[in-house]
Amino acid sequence: MKAKVLIRPKEGILDPQGKAVERALPALGFEGVSDVRVGRLVELETDDPSKLDSLCEKLLANPLIEDFEVQLADDG
Amino acid sequence: MIGVVQFPGSCDERDAVAACERVGEARLLWHEESDLSGLDAIVVPGGFSYGDYLRAGAIARFSPAMEAVARFAADGGPVLGICNGFQVLCEAGLLPGALLPNEGLRFVFRQVELVAEDFGGPFGAEIPAGSTLSIPVKHMSGRWFAPDEDVDRLESSGQIAFRYAEGHNPNGSVRDVAGVTNEAGNVLGLMPHPEHAVDPLTGSEDGLALFRALAKQPAAA
Repeated sequence: MKAKVLIRPKEGILDPQGKAVERALPALGFEGVSDVRVGRLVELETDDPSKLDSLCEKLLANPLIEDFEVQLADDG
Repeated sequence: MIGVVQFPGSCDERDAVAACERVGEARLLWHEESDLSGLDAIVVPGGFSYGDYLRAGAIARFSPAMEAVARFAADGGPVLGICNGFQVLCEAGLLPGALLPNEGLRFVFRQVELVAEDFGGPFGAEIPAGSTLSIPVKHMSGRWFAPDEDVDRLESSGQIAFRYAEGHNPNGSVRDVAGVTNEAGNVLGLMPHPEHAVDPLTGSEDGLALFRALAKQPAAA
């Protein structure tokens, strides 16, 4: 089964990448964009989706600084 | 004998061996080795282990050498993690906190002043509280972070080992923390590079004290 894992910096943790993107936008004419946060997307195929949470906690995300969200593909 | 772990992507392991050899004996320990017999102390050195893929230190913690180092640390063996080694030890759960990309998003490379806190273990025994050390930093992801309540607890349990002196914090770390120990004090990690501060030729010998702590360990059975 295909799955996507979205990993984001935890709320309250300074995300300098997001800030840098946010600061660059007005120079390109994109006004009114705020709260930019930059995370990661991991795509994978798995035989056993029940193990995804523990896989994320152990490796893909660091739970102290990152939140993750697993999205399973509907059509398998 | 001090073992210095070498991962694919390590780059300061030879300087770490050279620093250890000023005060004792050392050898490299390849990341696929899991036999630590004959080693009295371990250094996890700086560099970019496994290319810093995913997060700095995230992959290295699963190497056979690191699994052996985790057991060695649990038995009270002294372990010093420097820069990427600090990141590896945090990812492995041997040290509290995590290292985030620098606040300024730039690679920082400069000499900084550190202030030693009152901390225990073999390393604390070599470095009087309040002393100042001049040691270089060179990193991209050195912003140590832990939630506020965790930092409070680490402060009261004497696990904060070093802070950057006022005006010297190069990465935006929480409460200027530069290095921490585990609860027992036998594992220490720090972002600055003491192995690059062992000779007056390069500006400072202040890093030697940490290697002296490693060399003083009783010989392994």
